[in-house]
Amino acid sequence: MSNWLPKQQGLYDSSHEHDSCGIGFVAHIKGKPSHEIIERGIEVLERMEHRGAESADNKTGDGAGLLIQIPHDLYKEDIPSLPGNGLYGTGIIFLPRDSGEAEHCIAELDRIISEEGMKTIGWREVTVDNSVLGKISRASEPAMKQIFITGESLNDRTLLERKLYIIRKSIEDAIRNSSLKEKHLFYIPSLSSRTIVYKGMLMPTQVRHYYRDLQDPHMTSAVALVHSRFSTNTFPSWDLAQPFRMLAHNGEINTVKGNRFWMSARESTFDSPVFGEELKKLLPVIEPGKSDSASFDNALEMLYFNGRSIPHALMMLIPESWNEKNPIPEELKYFYEYHSTFMEPWDGPASMVFCDGRFVGGTLDRNGLRPSRYVITRDDLIVMGSEVGVQTFPPEAIVYKGRLMPGKLLLVDMEQGRIIPDEEIKRTIYTRKPYQLWVQLNRVNLEDLDVKGDVPVAMENEALHEMHLLYGYTREDIEDIITTMAETAQEPTGSMGTDTPLAVFSDKPQRLFNYFKQCFAQVTNPPIDPIREELVMTLTSYIGTQKNLLDETPEHCRMIKFKSPIFTNRNIETIRTNDNPEFRSITLPMTFPVKTAPGSMKRALDNLCISVEEKIDQGYTYIILSDRSADRDNAPIPSLLACAGIHHYLIRTKKRTRIGLIIETAEAREVMHFALLFGYGASAVNPYGAFATINDLVKKEEIKNVRHIKAEDNYIKSVNKGLLKVLSKMGTSTLRSYRGSQIFEAVGFGSELIETYFTGTESRIGGIGTVEVEREALMQHETAYFKSPSLLESQGVYQYRKDGERHAWNPETIHLLQWATRSGEYTMYKKFSDLVNSLNRKPHFIRGLFDFKPQARVPLDEVESEKNILKRLTTGAMSFGSISKETHETIAAAMNAIKGRSNSGEGGEDPERFMPHPDGTSTRSAIKQIASGRFGVTSNYLANADELQIKIAQGAKPGEGGQLPGFKVDKIIARTRHSTPGVTLISPPPHHDIYSIEDLAQLIFDLKNANPKARVSVKLVSESGVGTVAAGVAKAHADNILISGFEGGTGASPLSSIKHAGLPWELGLAETHQTLVMNDLRGRVRLQTDGQIKTGREIVIAALLGAEEFGFGTATLIVLGCVMMRKCHQNTCPVGVATQDPELRKKFTGRPEHLINYFSFMVREVREIMAELGIRKFDDLVGRRDLLSVRTIDHWKAKTIDPSPLLYVPREAAEFATYCVQDQIHKIHDVLDHTLIEQSSPALERYGRMPVQISLPINNTNRATGTMLSYEVSKRFGEEGLPDDTISCMFRGNAGQSFGAFLAKGITFRLEGDANDYLGKGLSGGRIIVVPPAGSTFAPEESIIIGNTVLYGATAGEAFIRGIAGERFAVRNSGADAVVEGTGDHCAEYMTGGRIIVLGNVGRNFAAGMSGGIAYVLDRDGVFEYFCNKGMVSLSAVREYEDQEFIIGCLEKHVKHTGSTVARDILHSWYQHLPKFIKVLPLEYKRAMDEMKLSMIDEKLARIREEEQLGVTY
Amino acid sequence: MGDPKGFINIKRQEAGYRPVEERVNDYSEVEKHMPDDARRLQASRCMDCGVPFCHWACPVSNIMPEWQDRVYRGDWKGAYDILQETNNFPEFTGRVCPAPCEASCVVAIGDEAVTIRQNELAVIEKAYALGLVKASPPRHRTGKKVAVIGGGPAGLACGDLLNKSGHSVTLFESADGVGGYLRYGIPDFKLNKYIIDRRVNLMVEEGLIIKTGITIGKDISASAIRKEFDAVCISIGAREARDLPIPGRELKGIHQSLDYLVQQNHVVKGDTIPEDDIIRAYDKNVVVIGGGDTGSDCVGTSNRQGARSITQLELLPKPAEHRTEKEPWPLWPKVLKTSSSHEEGCERMWNVSTKKFIGEQGRIKQISAVNVEWSTGPGGNPVMNEVPGSEFTLDADLVLLAMGFIHPVHTGLMKELGLELDGRGNIRIDENCMTSADGVFSAGDSSRGASLVVHAIQDGRMAAAAIDRYLSQS
Repeated sequence: MSNWLPKQQGLYDSSHEHDSCGIGFVAHIKGKPSHEIIERGIEVLERMEHRGAESADNKTGDGAGLLIQIPHDLYKEDIPSLPGNGLYGTGIIFLPRDSGEAEHCIAELDRIISEEGMKTIGWREVTVDNSVLGKISRASEPAMKQIFITGESLNDRTLLERKLYIIRKSIEDAIRNSSLKEKHLFYIPSLSSRTIVYKGMLMPTQVRHYYRDLQDPHMTSAVALVHSRFSTNTFPSWDLAQPFRMLAHNGEINTVKGNRFWMSARESTFDSPVFGEELKKLLPVIEPGKSDSASFDNALEMLYFNGRSIPHALMMLIPESWNEKNPIPEELKYFYEYHSTFMEPWDGPASMVFCDGRFVGGTLDRNGLRPSRYVITRDDLIVMGSEVGVQTFPPEAIVYKGRLMPGKLLLVDMEQGRIIPDEEIKRTIYTRKPYQLWVQLNRVNLEDLDVKGDVPVAMENEALHEMHLLYGYTREDIEDIITTMAETAQEPTGSMGTDTPLAVFSDKPQRLFNYFKQCFAQVTNPPIDPIREELVMTLTSYIGTQKNLLDETPEHCRMIKFKSPIFTNRNIETIRTNDNPEFRSITLPMTFPVKTAPGSMKRALDNLCISVEEKIDQGYTYIILSDRSADRDNAPIPSLLACAGIHHYLIRTKKRTRIGLIIETAEAREVMHFALLFGYGASAVNPYGAFATINDLVKKEEIKNVRHIKAEDNYIKSVNKGLLKVLSKMGTSTLRSYRGSQIFEAVGFGSELIETYFTGTESRIGGIGTVEVEREALMQHETAYFKSPSLLESQGVYQYRKDGERHAWNPETIHLLQWATRSGEYTMYKKFSDLVNSLNRKPHFIRGLFDFKPQARVPLDEVESEKNILKRLTTGAMSFGSISKETHETIAAAMNAIKGRSNSGEGGEDPERFMPHPDGTSTRSAIKQIASGRFGVTSNYLANADELQIKIAQGAKPGEGGQLPGFKVDKIIARTRHSTPGVTLISPPPHHDIYSIEDLAQLIFDLKNANPKARVSVKLVSESGVGTVAAGVAKAHADNILISGFEGGTGASPLSSIKHAGLPWELGLAETHQTLVMNDLRGRVRLQTDGQIKTGREIVIAALLGAEEFGFGTATLIVLGCVMMRKCHQNTCPVGVATQDPELRKKFTGRPEHLINYFSFMVREVREIMAELGIRKFDDLVGRRDLLSVRTIDHWKAKTIDPSPLLYVPREAAEFATYCVQDQIHKIHDVLDHTLIEQSSPALERYGRMPVQISLPINNTNRATGTMLSYEVSKRFGEEGLPDDTISCMFRGNAGQSFGAFLAKGITFRLEGDANDYLGKGLSGGRIIVVPPAGSTFAPEESIIIGNTVLYGATAGEAFIRGIAGERFAVRNSGADAVVEGTGDHCAEYMTGGRIIVLGNVGRNFAAGMSGGIAYVLDRDGVFEYFCNKGMVSLSAVREYEDQEFIIGCLEKHVKHTGSTVARDILHSWYQHLPKFIKVLPLEYKRAMDEMKLSMIDEKLARIREEEQLGVTY
Repeated sequence: MGDPKGFINIKRQEAGYRPVEERVNDYSEVEKHMPDDARRLQASRCMDCGVPFCHWACPVSNIMPEWQDRVYRGDWKGAYDILQETNNFPEFTGRVCPAPCEASCVVAIGDEAVTIRQNELAVIEKAYALGLVKASPPRHRTGKKVAVIGGGPAGLACGDLLNKSGHSVTLFESADGVGGYLRYGIPDFKLNKYIIDRRVNLMVEEGLIIKTGITIGKDISASAIRKEFDAVCISIGAREARDLPIPGRELKGIHQSLDYLVQQNHVVKGDTIPEDDIIRAYDKNVVVIGGGDTGSDCVGTSNRQGARSITQLELLPKPAEHRTEKEPWPLWPKVLKTSSSHEEGCERMWNVSTKKFIGEQGRIKQISAVNVEWSTGPGGNPVMNEVPGSEFTLDADLVLLAMGFIHPVHTGLMKELGLELDGRGNIRIDENCMTSADGVFSAGDSSRGASLVVHAIQDGRMAAAAIDRYLSQS
């Protein structure tokens, strides 16, 4: 049905859609069907409406539905001839609306049914009320009929199910290959004798009204599994609604591209013991053109119908993490290892609920990035949902409250009538076969294999030099990259943005790698922190021949296991020389004869493909592609081209899974190279060139004090770390799932390369083909063998070199801009602008490919005023901390003067700056940024902003976190960031409250409450699919969307990220604008863009491509004195811009006037261009792609580029708004806080501060409760807040998400009931108490009471929780004190301050990345140490009196506020419990505190001495 | 990069000059050398800029950050390898270059520039000392023959590179030794002539053929050269000196500065000058007209010869001591330059226009001059006006004219070849350094006009590359 989606047009591509959602189920554990279950299921759906999205018509949902058991009684009424329940299969069939076509489908279906020896009992009309639908939904509504199928003597339900599966797959295939016009409408939501799915492009509230059946009390089921979809996708369609046939998925499969390829590749090895010859009818396994979730459902079905149980199949597809950091049984680890040898994980955040009619259950991915809570009641109901409170039960009815835990299964067997615990399910499965024995007998460790002979690492000087020249090694490669890696085992760090041309625009021969850009996770799924959350990451993999997926034998795991995919020379020799007949290897040269060029490379590659295939047929297991044979007559084929080309050739011939593909190349040397090779299918890589280089460097003592073996090891380590980083950027955990997943976009590749060698890779503006690639390879070959320069080139990729790569910021542009803005001379600015524009046109950036189309001009004075246009300009987000105080304040002063907006960056802001100066100037940043670290994000900070910007990603390092090293955190920075001087501050890669689009909607909602007057903007980074993400963001009610280019700057990033991650803004902006216009969402948001924009002309081009606002980061700094030292990360900025060194800060010479000059100059230029283009109002420029034309370029590579997709104007532009014309509807007018504020008026009045007490009921749709109230407090009383307990509120019920977010000082919230995720987010001094409701009978200390990510970024305040918290309790807490009775995984992660006390068990990875604050954990069972990540902390007993006093004091309060029996017992027998308390103290924090103490003592001593000297005695 | 904080912790320190009392008594180089450790600290001040403005400002594009880092790390060979890649003769520029790099050094924005010139000198001298600078003759000869006419820095650089690429190069020089202005213009106390010989010997060892004492266009005709060689490079400098045609110019004791400097260089070399031709400053009142580098060299030489007094006159106003806003960093600023020679004693006067030479018995005795004022005229051009009543006279027994050079000498070779000239009288060349005659190229001052040694080297390099391309095509 994907055909319903608009065809690919312009830059929009329907394959970019993402979804995520609310999911849940209601089931009767004993399997008793009732209509109540269905009612409850629908109610669950409705109560999560805020997790779904609606389209521009505000009435079309992205999809909702439910899966229930067959309501036999209901159907029997309509079809009296039905056999008994379970003896027939049924399902709703979505049909073409054209009755002829529908008839055709029905006839086809009938034909297939009879071919399968089954018969159609009859058809039933599905009664629907489409008056409830929105316009968009109705336009795509299919016709529907329900079919009933049975067969002779088919009493075996399993057989019946299989037949139905075959029928469904066959008809899908038949219709897909038909020529029907409306074939896209044909779809079968389910066809089963056990379950039936009712779903559609609906909002949750529409479900029951649309399908009449659901209202019929005769419809009964013991289970209702529900799903509501929030899709970033602009064109949700009926078939993509969930649940699917077996499951519903909340999350995203990041590696789906690879998973689909691998599944297709292994189809040739399928041999089904169950289906035999009929298997053919089931192929392809994966229906083309569906969503990631749908593909997953397809894969699961295939495994299920071939005999594996659902839990077993799920454990194969989304295995939990099983490395040594995970406390699971050995046999289970072997089970996982066994399966991992032939099935790669489907990686990404996933909360799955599944049901086959008998079993219903759920599971979470290894990371547990989706919330899933459940309650069990006395009358045997189980309700699970993405939120708690989706069903209301009286407290006494509840037996247990729990949550799904990362990697764990929850399974209800409705036949046995019980819940089967995770350990039991898994034990049943892993004891089915002797997996452990199988693995031990068959799997071989690479390091255990003998090696015969060795390949020396070293190369002769001359050969080495020739090799360097041949593969284009530069001095930077060797000195900056390889040396650093070999010396420090780290990737080198750099700063500021990349400003060199795209590879396809460069005059220098490029490595093929350079044409690719890394993709990364933003909004729809979170990147992972590969350092702090190492426990879920692994690079371990296996090579060998994969066996039949549908079977299991000991031989399946006859593979070689290796922990690092970077093979040493010894490793590759081991593979090459081993004499095991099952591990036969052959080396094939990846070179081409120089003489027969042009065309020689392509011929050689095509021949190579054929010979690889021959070798596979001859039974070889390992193919080694090697460029060692390159010489004077033979040039190497770029390793990536050979690798990807062969990988795809073998997928097409379905032979890929039969071999391991090893690349032996001197070309690969930096992380990006390896990431690409693995992303395009390499099993392992041997970078012998890098090793030889390291050997030489050690010999020459360029790498000091390290022996070669250590240096090589360091290098491999740094590559591995870098790989983990690249994987984690996309939210991928394992190399096995990453391999072949092609998480890259090519820029400048034509269709020849993409179709044949890089199949499925995004490349949107065309580009070069094999001829150009060959030419680049030959240029390098000529240099190596004919020109032979004695020194390698100093290519100037990272640093400017006169004859090196071009840089947009070069001595001329930098000094002209500084001169112009300092002298205030417009003519000088014009020189600058002309220079920039002519450089752009070389071409350098994509914008240089465009010209303005000549128009009738208008007089300049009729053009919108300079003053107005200036308001559209902003400066980039640069934190105080990354740049100096002087710079930060100068920027703010300048922007306030011109009514533009400066951006605080991530790092808080001194409240003193919130007040205007007496002279009317102000240094308050209008935009306040909210980044993943949440440093300094308090209620007061948020209240003092005109715009709140959520930084999802940063151009220079999208998908990565950051780190402000302790030595840079001085007193003032620590104060504004609410942290401790000298303590390192880590920003996590993801926002821990945004794992999905609905989470982002929630944060936007929180911020809107935190400051109803401020716009909320979301900063994204350009990549393919950013348009669809932006559509989701628009639906999530963001007011502004910023599309940043990858060229953006940074204070510190790994070099490979600066250069290789993200895309130019032109692509992202154009795609976003097109997608938003097509969906009629463009009118609801403002679009902003940034990334190396420098001149008025560039502003106009950006406007024409769709932007209405513009950001300037690097240029701003250059105006203020920056000279692109690129040393920000070293704190040594010689012009006082990006440094905290007091001496260097004195050298800062920037003044607000300089910036004002710059912005005025640019706007003057903009107005001149507008006049020429005949445009009076700036808004009329926005999106006017018709004013741009594509230039003809004669650059040999650039001329292959076709940027016209950027200029595509969608049809809808004629009808819908093309710039922002209306405000978003934020739905904050009816929040509970309005009541709170009203009732708090005695406290809020200026001189009032009268205590008030409020009592209210609450439920899960009451979100961000207390946030707007806190805004009112902060607005009036600032950071100070109110006296303790001034506003005291008591709530009963299930609180919605973000309960007490940013709660200000003086407010106390007491909740009797339970709460969802994000409780106390950004707590700003308030107090939160959560207790189980009176009348509860369950043990509070064993039940989950609050959700995930509690106290995230809290800066001050207290929380007392009587019960267990979910994952990531107190993540990034920097000041709150809290008591809780147990937590999930990752507790106290990234904490920098505050203290927490945990009175029960904790999950894995406690204290990861914790650099400050203190945690006290009651370790009753003595196992805490295993669960703690001791990377940054030390564990000790609680000895100090001060600690004891604190704990006792807190526990007393805890008892007082919550009545906790646990705390009471501890206090009663304190000295029995004391030894069990463990103090978790970050090492750095300890040092900082000690230093503070010392300096206090010093001060005291000094004072005493002073007094003595003064002779003052007492 | 060696020490990221070097520029913060280490102050600029120059090697400095020998004491005035000592140095005025000899012609040995005045500038001192630093011990290696101190030099390494100076090199550590280099910040390894993301955008190295020094490198951008350097005519030969030296990559200072790369070799200074190696100096800091004590890797003299590494430093030398990189330096020699862009500069044929660091030992010359290291001594006499005014160092545009230092004016553009990023440290100089808020502090004192890195001592780049001296660091360069240290690298090359160390490289010589360590025996790293060795003759490396080309492995094979192309069989093409190139004539380079004029052995100044441009001709030497051009010949050097062409020879290294395997062409057979003959370098013709009219003087008795190559080096051009380096050899006979610049005094030994700034550039010891041994330095030139040391380099030239290597080049000869590498196969460069040098023929001195031969003036093309006179001793050998230009057409013969063109016939014999596949390509010709003219690098004869810009030797037409600017004169001062005012009353009394014919008096004895008024000389072009170059004549004076050449003579002294011959003397230092050990040549004997006929008594009648000797220009002596001893016990004389010397007036140097022209405030540039050549004038300064005359001052230094006169002091060494024991002049009674030395006065240097300059027509233009006294430059500012520091960079002005009109010439912001990283541009080359016209600021007051006080050379080692000035330190040795000399009175400097600015805004002075010489009106008349006054003689006695045919010999110069006094000059008559007047103060001038500068203002900006229409079109922004500076306009000079004499200050009424400011006339004055100065005693002068020896007057040295150091007012610069106009263009190459047009007689002889150039006349014979009939080369096209540009508006300023220099040889016109195209973007491939070729003159209006096919296969005849030009480099250095002869096509650029009088300029810095470092420009001449760069021009020679460019011409060599162009000639190499030309030869590989023919």
